[in-house]
Amino acid sequence: MSDRLFGLIVLIASVAYFMAAANIQTGFLVDPVGPKVFPRLVSAIAALCALLIMLKPDDEPAWPGMSTWFKLLLALLVLVAYAYTLKPLGFLIPTAVAAGVLSFQIQSRLVPALLTGIGLSAGLFILFKFALGLSLFAVPRSWMGG
Amino acid sequence: METFSLLAQGFAVALTPTTLALAVAGCIIGTMVGALPGLGPSNGVAILIPLAFSLGLDATEALILMTSVYYGAMYGGRISSILLNIPGDEPALMTTLDGYPMAKAGRASDALVLSGVASFVGAMLATIGLMFLAPMLARVAYLFGPSEYFALYLLAFSTLGGIASDNQRKAALAACLGLAIAMIGLDNSTGMGRFTGGNLHLMDGVDFLVAIVGLFAVSEVFIFIESHGRSSAIGVKLDAITIPFKDIARSFGTMLRASLVGFIAGILPGAGASLGSFLAYMGEKAWVRDNSQFGKGDPRGVAAPEAGNNAAAGGALVPMLTLGVPGSGTTAVLLALLMTLNITPGPLLFTERPEVVWGLMAALLIANIVLLILNVPMVRIFVKVLSVPPWILLPGVCMVSFVGIYSLSGSYFDLLLMIVFGLLGYFLRKLNIPTVPIILGILLGNHMEDSLRRAMVISGGDWKYLFQSGIAIGFWIAAITGFVAPVFLRRFLKKPQAHKA
Repeated sequence: MSDRLFGLIVLIASVAYFMAAANIQTGFLVDPVGPKVFPRLVSAIAALCALLIMLKPDDEPAWPGMSTWFKLLLALLVLVAYAYTLKPLGFLIPTAVAAGVLSFQIQSRLVPALLTGIGLSAGLFILFKFALGLSLFAVPRSWMGG
Repeated sequence: METFSLLAQGFAVALTPTTLALAVAGCIIGTMVGALPGLGPSNGVAILIPLAFSLGLDATEALILMTSVYYGAMYGGRISSILLNIPGDEPALMTTLDGYPMAKAGRASDALVLSGVASFVGAMLATIGLMFLAPMLARVAYLFGPSEYFALYLLAFSTLGGIASDNQRKAALAACLGLAIAMIGLDNSTGMGRFTGGNLHLMDGVDFLVAIVGLFAVSEVFIFIESHGRSSAIGVKLDAITIPFKDIARSFGTMLRASLVGFIAGILPGAGASLGSFLAYMGEKAWVRDNSQFGKGDPRGVAAPEAGNNAAAGGALVPMLTLGVPGSGTTAVLLALLMTLNITPGPLLFTERPEVVWGLMAALLIANIVLLILNVPMVRIFVKVLSVPPWILLPGVCMVSFVGIYSLSGSYFDLLLMIVFGLLGYFLRKLNIPTVPIILGILLGNHMEDSLRRAMVISGGDWKYLFQSGIAIGFWIAAITGFVAPVFLRRFLKKPQAHKA
């Protein structure tokens, strides 16, 4: 079932990709092949593979249960939030929070997760800032009066 | 001999204090990366590349650092295979077969020393092979025109899909996915954007480092959350390190044979170290007269895959440096490094940048000796590394990936794209779709298209031109065989399962 669904998604995507190739502007200098042929070739082969996967699917993979899906979703949200906050909030706080939450997701114990978050945040900051010389801000810039 | 004078120049580059320090650092980091389950060589090298850039290293130094990590990871993978029955990385899978039974029989330190020596023999022979074979192959590669390159890229995809995967349709689909992603961005010859959907960030294309770190490192975090970090390894003990001279002497022939097999497997584009260790083990099992102890802790069963795996790692550098076609997932990551450093691998690299090539070779020889010291007398240190629990390791890897990618471009967009690739990687891995062909596709996509278009410019649009030279026809035949033959050979090439721990 998973393979069939996946094949269907890929099939639709390849058709869309094939169609989207029509919108590519060719410009003045056109070689005999042009910029459209190769992408179309690739999407055609992808569509063929998708069909074959749908026709002959593998065994169903072991999907996680609901609670794990929830954990994965939370991890995803944490990562997205981390991506957005890394710059405005400085390195230390978002890293501690994100690392702590991820650690908790893996082993579900609060104290080790807290320690992991704080430890990784401080340790990596020292490593990045002083050993590798990356330009990172520890805390929001407004806290430092700038 | 020409090789020796060039190598002498290489040593002049490699023996400066900075490069030497980088090689040693790379070896230490690499062995740790290899030893830690959950941090394979490709993830390890991938997340370190952005950091290597931020150090402001020049091309030779960055390359030496990262190849030392690569070689180190190949040594390190055996440690957890032997002690925990968990391969530290994929090529070390075969080492679990006899390594873990040896450890259970109380011979863990013997197995570690023996496999360390076997790794050294394999890597050393492969590096010497690389020094002689690569310049020769580079000379042959001068004869390659666009149609030969197009067929060669195809060969890389098909052998990778055919041999390294167990489902041809899924491997081919993965390659197409990578190629399709590579098309995003500006078209080199017309200067027009393609498949950007009007998004300005995508005009430059998808940065392959973002894709690699997402697919390899970030997806690993999701996998570990799902598995609740089951494979944790606390409380490993190791008795005193002694050198099992008898075992080393007895398996010396094994090491030589396995090195040869591994080296050849490594040269095949797309095959890589996993195949090298697999063939070395199976070949040795078939070769020796009394193989009744194989799988039960035969020292030769430990020496063979380790020599094979490390020899293949060196062999995989041959096509990567001379043709720009990586032989494995990790060499694909190294190719990404070269491309980001603006070094185009290929025959011209050998004539125009000899200091890069020969500095690298000399550094590899030095790295090997460093690695032997690290992995035999000092192996205890790395055994300690194994007790880092995944709930510290994985968040750490994830944060390093974020900061690394962020330090490259400073854009949210790349970070979000990396998360998308991480999620994609998780689902693809669940569906048993290999991720290495995707990386290869993203890396080679534009080259492959360019070679096709240049071939058509030469021929005026005649597609028969693709099959006109003998070399090209050879590649086409090899590509088709490499893709189709494993379907029939699969029964014989079935990978033995690791023991239950």
